[in-house]
Amino acid sequence: MEAINKILYYLEFPFVRYALIVGILIALCASMLGVTLVLKRYSMIGDGLSHVAFGATAIAAVFNISSDILVTLPVTAICAIILLKTGQNARVKGDSAIAMFSVAALAFGYLLLNMTSTSSNVSGDVCTTLFGSVSILTLNETDVYLAMALSVVLLIVFGIFYNKIFAVTFDENFAKATGIKAEAYNMMIAVITAVVIVLAMNLVGALLISALIVFPALSAMRLFKRFRTVIVGAACIAVVCALLGMFISILAGTPTGATIVAANFVVYILFCVIGTIKGRA
Amino acid sequence: MAYIKCENVSLAYEGQTVVSDLNFEVNKGDYLCIVGENGSGKSTLVKAMLGLKSVGSGKITFGDGLGRKEIGYLPQQTVVQRDFPAVVEEIVLSGCLSKCGFRPFYNKAEKMLAADNLKRLEIEELAGRCYRELSGGQQQRVLLARALCATGKLLLLDEPVTGLDPKLTKEFYDIVEDLNKKDEITVVMVSHDVNAAVKYASHILHVGTQLFFGTKEDYLKTQAGKEFIGTGSLV
Repeated sequence: MEAINKILYYLEFPFVRYALIVGILIALCASMLGVTLVLKRYSMIGDGLSHVAFGATAIAAVFNISSDILVTLPVTAICAIILLKTGQNARVKGDSAIAMFSVAALAFGYLLLNMTSTSSNVSGDVCTTLFGSVSILTLNETDVYLAMALSVVLLIVFGIFYNKIFAVTFDENFAKATGIKAEAYNMMIAVITAVVIVLAMNLVGALLISALIVFPALSAMRLFKRFRTVIVGAACIAVVCALLGMFISILAGTPTGATIVAANFVVYILFCVIGTIKGRA
Repeated sequence: MAYIKCENVSLAYEGQTVVSDLNFEVNKGDYLCIVGENGSGKSTLVKAMLGLKSVGSGKITFGDGLGRKEIGYLPQQTVVQRDFPAVVEEIVLSGCLSKCGFRPFYNKAEKMLAADNLKRLEIEELAGRCYRELSGGQQQRVLLARALCATGKLLLLDEPVTGLDPKLTKEFYDIVEDLNKKDEITVVMVSHDVNAAVKYASHILHVGTQLFFGTKEDYLKTQAGKEFIGTGSLV
């Protein structure tokens, strides 16, 4: 009872409500994209791109650009397109390309911040960017509208292009042979991924975004057999975990991003166990 | 007018020309087997026929009412597919996608077509099963059913029996032969298995250092054919 009262008390603050709304929406978007990305063997793209976004944030900070999203979004989107495009036939294969982008951007970002930062607590700032702010106090009304718009766009895209996304994910060559513009769909997925990651950085931080993309998809795949149920299931798991994580972090005072990821991990283990039991039966 | 006509085609793989001066045609009702050593450009040729890759020189033309998008393609299995969480029904239906155009969902006719093809390959009871739980032979039938949804005219099979045991391999060849003979679907098959090629095919295209295109009877007389089959004892 006390716990519920505490949550209700916190819910009176607008920033807590914003955090909840944005958290749920971002989790929803990330998990739906996650199914496609995991199946295409791009699980680490979230991690890689978030580091790129971190590097871009550093550049924005150096040039004193107030709304760093104007820098991070295009840079991250371009990197996403390059990564998803070069994946199939490049000399540097998908996973090593992601690793390369990821560490390079991280290193340059940190270097830039270290050399130019006016703040006395550089490692603290870096830590915040990497792991997300403790209580996501930084979200404002614009972020909420942005997250809402993004979710609506993503839901519409998945609604309209569901069958095409399925075909491109399952078998790109067959899809291309039947005249589906696979490149265009890959590009679309890359851009949406970049947008989700840039927005999600506020919430869970750069290091933990992969978790939002990978965990719900993997959990859903453990239990469900139909592609449609996997996507819907992943979205539901992500939303529940985001809510759970945020409530626990309010009650226990734990870092929000890490708590959400921990919740996702527990659910994954749970689904593994259920999957195994069901498999035996 | 042939379904597919290749004239003086040369193909490159990663900048290196692998095949040049390739001439052949596929006519309605043919069963063409494309054979050749590893790295001789078989898969590159398949990609070129599908329009996934541009030809270095020469041209590939389609005729006799066959459009490039009407090829029923059965690709080699990828790692991604083996543990893919989707049911058979969803996969077979995705063969109808080219018929949808901008329409986001499948209509009744397309669902019927998918069901008919499941029945044709005797896998209708698998419709609700998860693809990753099927055996290799069943997976191959599912992908064949998908290819049949995309076409009623020409199947292009890229090493379809890789990884199948002898019994399943024979079963698969029999299905394809049935489709060719009974349903008059033209078949183009890339294969390592020359013995099967000369057994089932009507025409052979041998790519590699020596090029050959013609009926299988002529192929058996050539040096390339003899070498590739070895002693030729199986024929």
